[in-house]
Amino acid sequence: MKRALLLFLLVLPLAAAAGVAVDETPLADPAAEAQARAIMREIRCLVCQNQSIEDSNADLARDLRRIVRERVAAGDDAAAVKAYLVARYGDWILLRPPFKPETFVLWLFPPALLAALAAYALVRARRRRLVAPPPLDAEERARLAAVLEEEGES
Amino acid sequence: MRPIHFLPVAAFLLIVGAFSWYLLSGEDPRVIPSALIDKPVPEFELPALGEDIPGFSSADLAEGRVVLVNVFASWCAPCRVEHPFLSALAADGVPVYGIAYKDAPEDTRAFLAELGNPYERIGVDRDGRVGIDLGVYGVPETYVISGDGRIRHKHVGPILPTNEDGIRAAIRAAQRVSGR
Repeated sequence: MKRALLLFLLVLPLAAAAGVAVDETPLADPAAEAQARAIMREIRCLVCQNQSIEDSNADLARDLRRIVRERVAAGDDAAAVKAYLVARYGDWILLRPPFKPETFVLWLFPPALLAALAAYALVRARRRRLVAPPPLDAEERARLAAVLEEEGES
Repeated sequence: MRPIHFLPVAAFLLIVGAFSWYLLSGEDPRVIPSALIDKPVPEFELPALGEDIPGFSSADLAEGRVVLVNVFASWCAPCRVEHPFLSALAADGVPVYGIAYKDAPEDTRAFLAELGNPYERIGVDRDGRVGIDLGVYGVPETYVISGDGRIRHKHVGPILPTNEDGIRAAIRAAQRVSGR
C-alpha cells in the first residue's frame, strides 16, 4: 500500500509535465513558432503576474498562448500581437513596460540618479584638487625663514 | 553637521513614507486596472443557454439602459459569495446579464437551479474567447455598462459586502451618464 502510494507520488509530476506538452499544438512552421515563443516570453501571465505566459501553467496563459500563435499564423508581427493584447488587458500584460509619459520616471530615474551622483563625486574630487593653499602672510613667512635658517645651521 | 548630511535620512524617510502610504491605502496590487474603462464593449455574440433564457450580443448592451454584466461559472466558488447581491440588484430592477465563462451548459443550469437565477440574459462563452476580449483574467468579474454600451466600471473578484456600495454607486453614476 505504502509502496503504491510512493509510486503514485513519483509518477504524478511526470503526468503533469506530459499534460502541459500534450494540450499545446506548436505552429507547423518552425520560424513562426520561434517568433510566437519570443512574443510569449514578453507577455505577462495575468494570474501569476511575475511569470511570462510561456512559463505559466495557468489556464488563461494557455488561452493567451493559443491567441499569440493564432495571430502569428495570421501574419501579425510582434508589435501587432502585443497591441492586440494591450488593447484588451492594458500595458500590464507586457513584462517590459513601454517608454511613454506615464513611465518616464520609472525608466529615467535610475540613470538620472546615477548621473547626478557621478557629477557630484566629480565636482567634489575636482574642487579638492584645484583649491591651492592660501599664500603665506608676513608672520608665517618669518616663521618659515626661521625654521629654514635653523635647519641650515645644524 | 552640515544640512547635506541629513539628505540620506530624508531620502530614507521619504521612501518609508511612500511605501507605507501605498501599503495602507488598501489597494490590492493583484487587481489590474481595466484597459477598457469608458470604451465601448468589444463586439461579440454569445449563444443562449437554452430556450428559456436568451443569450446576448454586444449590441444588446447599448439599448439605452444600464446593465450589469457578471462573468461567472459553476466551478467558481467565490461566485456563490456574490450571488445573493446579484439577486438583490435584479430584484431592485437593475438588469443583470451573465456570461457563463468556460462552463458546460448543464453545469451552469445546475448552478442556477441550486441558487436561483438573477440573470435576465445569459451568454455562453465556452472557450473563454469573449472573456479575453473583455480582459477577464479571473472569475468572477463584474462590469457596469452604461446605456451607450460603454464599460464604466469593472470589479475583479467576488462582490463582497464591503464592495456593494461601490457597485451601486457605479451603477448610479452610469445611469447619470446615459440617462437610464
